[in-house]
Amino acid sequence: MSEQTTHAILAEGLVKRFGDTTALDGVDLAVRRGTVLGLLGPNGAGKTTAVRILATLLRPDGGRVTVGGYDVVRDAHQVRRLIGLTGQYASVDETLTGLENLILIGRLLGLSRADARNRGRELLAEFRLEDAANKAAKAYSGGMRRRLDLAASLVGRPQVLYLDEPTTGLDPRSRNEMWDIVRDLVSDGVTVLLTTQYLEEADLLAEEIVVIDHGRVIATGTPDELKSRVGAQSLAVRPKYTVDAPIVESIVAQVAGRAPEAQGGLLVVPVTDPAVLPAVVRRLEEAEVPIGELALRGSSLDEVFLALTGHRAEDQNEDDNQPERILA
Amino acid sequence: MTTATVALPRRVNPAEGLRQTFTLAWRSLVQLKHNPMELLDLSIQPIMFVLLFTYVFGGAISGNTGDYLTFALPGIVVQNALFASLTTGVGLNTDLTKGVFDRLRSLPIARSAPLAGRIVADTVKQAWSIALILGLGIVMGFRVHGGVAGLLGAFVLLLVFGLAMAWIAVLVGLLASEPEKVQIFGFVVVFPLTFTSNAFVPTDTMPGWLQKWVDVNPVTILADAVRGLLSGGPAATHVGQSLLWAAAIAAVFAPIAVRTFKRRV
Repeated sequence: MSEQTTHAILAEGLVKRFGDTTALDGVDLAVRRGTVLGLLGPNGAGKTTAVRILATLLRPDGGRVTVGGYDVVRDAHQVRRLIGLTGQYASVDETLTGLENLILIGRLLGLSRADARNRGRELLAEFRLEDAANKAAKAYSGGMRRRLDLAASLVGRPQVLYLDEPTTGLDPRSRNEMWDIVRDLVSDGVTVLLTTQYLEEADLLAEEIVVIDHGRVIATGTPDELKSRVGAQSLAVRPKYTVDAPIVESIVAQVAGRAPEAQGGLLVVPVTDPAVLPAVVRRLEEAEVPIGELALRGSSLDEVFLALTGHRAEDQNEDDNQPERILA
Repeated sequence: MTTATVALPRRVNPAEGLRQTFTLAWRSLVQLKHNPMELLDLSIQPIMFVLLFTYVFGGAISGNTGDYLTFALPGIVVQNALFASLTTGVGLNTDLTKGVFDRLRSLPIARSAPLAGRIVADTVKQAWSIALILGLGIVMGFRVHGGVAGLLGAFVLLLVFGLAMAWIAVLVGLLASEPEKVQIFGFVVVFPLTFTSNAFVPTDTMPGWLQKWVDVNPVTILADAVRGLLSGGPAATHVGQSLLWAAAIAAVFAPIAVRTFKRRV
């Protein structure tokens, strides 16, 4: 089978510039049919730009993208028939009710009045928005609004779904709901490209993760591969007395196999082997060094970036989520 | 070289595009139901202008309110039509800044439908305001000597001129960073444009330099055309000049607006 039939999305050497800024600098993506690809990166990394190109909203300056075998530039209309888009910039109409928004999209996709209404009701029920069906979207809570946005992108039963930071700004409960919905969609055979700033989210949902930074792919792999490269967890140790910092540092470095980073009074090192923790505790006991704090914690995106790039995932000035404006 | 798995149509056929345009026009009109303020804007403001101008300024300007109404109603309806044509820009800009436009663009619909749908809906709103002003004027004693033909002619002329002006609004709506800026444009440009005309007052007390401008101001020409049509007097010259102005505005701004629009679509 050719790549075109096994993959729902294929992007090669994607380049996009905005004036002097290079938002994407040769990005390759390959998403197999029926799987979830997590596009992980900090603000300004180029995630949203990539999704906008894949969704035919932006033309790439270089490279080639096919979705379902169709070229996003040349066959944009066909691509639009296959995709659904959910992102903070692709919004429903706030002044319309939830149901009216879904009917509008159904009608635009060629459904009859009755079919559009039925499809709208069906989706509202599926996303527990029935009670808010006749409320204006601007009165929805953050979680409800996100579910309505997602419902709106599913009216046409897309084969490929783009979720651009679907849980950013949501409370933990809404976030969990969103994750359940995504899992259901994937079990129905939908291919999902998900962008996120959260390692946890990519880990939970994606079969494959692509990490991007400054418009370049800096790592690709399954969540497990990535975690073993980066360290799924970090060991954090705080000596009781700061004078002990050098000896603690050398013990941690010996056991973990790499030098810890000092974060305030805390020494942090990514670890892949769970045996590191008891080993460090034993060595510290032997050395009779009093410890103020010692913990294993999940790696943050920051630590992933630090491990992969050597620099922190700093927030950049250009806000990735804002579409470019012509006039200020 | 591309192995497509499903055969999909390459583009939208014109009949579908038209249906999508009307669906999007429906959407703009449904918004009115949820945003009574806009309906007020479309109704109360024209009514207020007719009442205030007639009863506050009328006597002072024309000696009595009846004579003033005869003179000013065509001017008020012109001014209102020009302001109303800006709503296309405000609505378009709101869709752009709120992200509704990107949602629509990601759908397999005609690229022109979001803009065309908005223009259709705004023309309906425009027609409503014009009918309201003329109806109120007639109730207040305005005499249409031009008959049904004159009334319809004025109505159509105002819609045509409004459509031409809508291209300016579209351009401003595409370029502005927020809807409020479109309104500011309206205030800064359309307000003086309509007041430096013979829409509300006879021009003979204005300074000479201003009169020179007033005479060539398209608002004056359009107001005279509407006066002629409604009063049954000579209207052909002013109607012709108004249509020329409308054509010129559209010829200049439509291509620029469409090019700017395409760059964003």
